[in-house]
Amino acid sequence: MANTNQAGVKRVERPLSPHLQIYRPQLTSFTSILTRITGNALIVGVALAVWWLLAAAVSPAYFAVANAVCTSWFGDLVFTGSAWAVWYHYLAGLRHLYFDAGKGLDVATAEKLGWGVIIGSVVLTVLTIVIV
Amino acid sequence: MRYITARKRAIGKGSAHTGTEHHWSMTVSAVALAFLVPTWVYVFGHALGQDYDTVRATFARPFPSILTAMVLVVGMRHFAKGATMMIEDYARGTARKLCIIAAYSISSVIVATGLYALVKIAL
Repeated sequence: MANTNQAGVKRVERPLSPHLQIYRPQLTSFTSILTRITGNALIVGVALAVWWLLAAAVSPAYFAVANAVCTSWFGDLVFTGSAWAVWYHYLAGLRHLYFDAGKGLDVATAEKLGWGVIIGSVVLTVLTIVIV
Repeated sequence: MRYITARKRAIGKGSAHTGTEHHWSMTVSAVALAFLVPTWVYVFGHALGQDYDTVRATFARPFPSILTAMVLVVGMRHFAKGATMMIEDYARGTARKLCIIAAYSISSVIVATGLYALVKIAL
């Protein structure tokens, strides 16, 4: 498909990132998109945590409400999910810094690092639940 | 034969239409968060579920309070810029602008609320 812009030059309609139409699902692309999803989803956990902190600053009655929500099944779900998301995003971020340094970019190493991020995030989440 | 450098041809062709400052800013905040976040998860995780007085006593202390402030300021800037990167990939035109403004607005409200709470608890 091609249309013409104001300068009269033909422009090709290119697919937007991440080019799902032409990509075969693979570990590297899966771990990459998950980095984006976890990073953006963390806003939910942060918003809940800040609301809880605000309630603690305002009054005991308000804190009782926020604390009840945060320690309910809903709060547990959000914070446990956030714990995994933060560790996944953390390890994937470290991997990104390693990639940015120009290292670990061959397929075998990148896939090994991908598994490291997935397994590592689960291990760290379990450790967080146990310790904290 | 085109008498134009490869760089000139590449400029503005990325989805964000700008240079590398954004990526560098994400790198810097990522390294900062790599130190801040694990410590904060420990502090927050211990405070969560405690009673009113214990929570206030925790965040009245300098270390948890300053750490939380830093996590919020650096983390929300990292979020706003990261969300912008995602929006630039998937949205165009007015929708892109509105989404980016919304991402920065949410981040700002969270930082302001968090800092207000920390100051109020500390005083």
